[in-house]
Amino acid sequence: MTAPTREPLDPVTWLALPAVAYLVVVYALPLLLLLAHAVIGPEGFTLAPLAAFFADPFNWQVIANTLRIAVLVTLVCLVIGYPTAFALAWSAGWTQVILLAAIVLPLSVGVVVKAFAWQIVLRRDGVLSSAMMKLGLWDEPLRLLFTETGLVLGAANVFLPFMILPIYSVVKLIDPRLNEAGATLGATPAYRFRRVVLPLTLPGVVTGVVFVFSLSIAMYVIPSLLIGDRFQTLATLIGRSFLFMRNEQLGSTTATVLLVLAVAVVVGSGVLARRLGRSA
Amino acid sequence: MTRAEQSATVAVWAIASIAVIFLLTPLVVTVAVSFGSSAIFTLPPPDWSLRWYARLAATRGLLPALITSVEIAALSTLVALVLGTLCSIALVRGQFPGREAISTFLVSPLMLPGLVIGIAMLQGFRAVGLREVWTSLLVAHVVITMPFVVRTVFGALSLFDFSLIDAARTLGCSYLAALRKVLAPALAPAFLTSGMFAFLASMDNYPISIFFTDAWTKTLPIQMLQYVEESPDPTIAAISTGLILLAVAALFIGDRLVGLRRLADF
Repeated sequence: MTAPTREPLDPVTWLALPAVAYLVVVYALPLLLLLAHAVIGPEGFTLAPLAAFFADPFNWQVIANTLRIAVLVTLVCLVIGYPTAFALAWSAGWTQVILLAAIVLPLSVGVVVKAFAWQIVLRRDGVLSSAMMKLGLWDEPLRLLFTETGLVLGAANVFLPFMILPIYSVVKLIDPRLNEAGATLGATPAYRFRRVVLPLTLPGVVTGVVFVFSLSIAMYVIPSLLIGDRFQTLATLIGRSFLFMRNEQLGSTTATVLLVLAVAVVVGSGVLARRLGRSA
Repeated sequence: MTRAEQSATVAVWAIASIAVIFLLTPLVVTVAVSFGSSAIFTLPPPDWSLRWYARLAATRGLLPALITSVEIAALSTLVALVLGTLCSIALVRGQFPGREAISTFLVSPLMLPGLVIGIAMLQGFRAVGLREVWTSLLVAHVVITMPFVVRTVFGALSLFDFSLIDAARTLGCSYLAALRKVLAPALAPAFLTSGMFAFLASMDNYPISIFFTDAWTKTLPIQMLQYVEESPDPTIAAISTGLILLAVAALFIGDRLVGLRRLADF
């Protein structure tokens, strides 16, 4: 403030200080310490723990599991969520109330509740199995609990609203006259979708995909209840190493790997979103 | 409408119907199982009964966990509402550089893995000697609730016309009265939605809380997961039904006050 040329700091700026200071001390510094711990040993800078982590083929399996499940969950959510967002935008009256309630209500119910419900649904003597048998689709009872299919189904169920809502927020802004204009100019429905509707909804799709993918690589409660210990992801490995094996070194290294992955997804999507914004 | 458009419309509504059924399945199943008489989870149950609700009172640890969770969620939401609103005002009204970076930073806990944040905090709290469970939970949960408040209140403030406050003062209001009579009502829907989702996120949090609870002080999700792992019987479905009813009530009140569509604003 001593330099006479500089504008005095607006007093309203100081209102940001408590929140920012709080998060820096309680959240950002601990995360930086965690990263530092991963590369600083007793003798200074070292990549030994990370090298040991990546030298173990089991850990590559864990990373592959994490990414495969996250990609599958994101795809299921996109396939169901994209059309549902349009239905929500087109709907009115009671139809809209039902759609909104079906999306917002599960958001307000805890993940332990929902994962427990999927345990009941996916058991061999569970709801899904008996329904499929009654419909004649399955010849004998099947157990989807503790399988990858069951995990993807349960996770997609929990994360679906995070795909629908961002896409809905851009779909509802599309001017219906754009579509009419395209039709007047002789564009086929498929062409209009590809050249008008799809580009306009892409920002919402990117937001939804990033939300669901980030949640999927980080989920812990859902795999614990729906697939069990035989199948490890980065998040369950972190949980196990800290809470059961008491191996803080492995836990911290795995946490660093997951953190870097999550940050890469968020930063990468930010770059992608800006590029979409430019081309639009 | 052409044939192609018609079939696309039919497909959209078909998928949306599947989505509604899919989304409501876990809730309906939970409620149905909780009113069944059978200890194994058959649907429809052989007979209806309230025995699992009668067992709730005798379930050890349930009430203390519920009380801890509500206390932590209410206090951490309150702290986040105060700090987050002050910060949003600075971000909207201030002219300093890096405002976008600050808002991204404040919302970032939503995008990063909870377990990683939990471990980092555990190590950080230990380093400064904070070991008391209840305080650790409260301090940690403000990080969970803050993003919801900043995201929604910042959005609402960006749309607020601040010249209205000057107008109120010209008409004879004191500065504080102008804030109370003009700004507060304009922000009320944002406070309500963000406060509700922040409260629910704190109530539901498992991956951060797990590092701070001990044998004596547990939050509700942690106590419930323990029940699921130890003795998975419909008592858990009865607890879950209670939580679902709570969510229905919250949404109903939210719908009356600000409208369901506003709750779905992202």
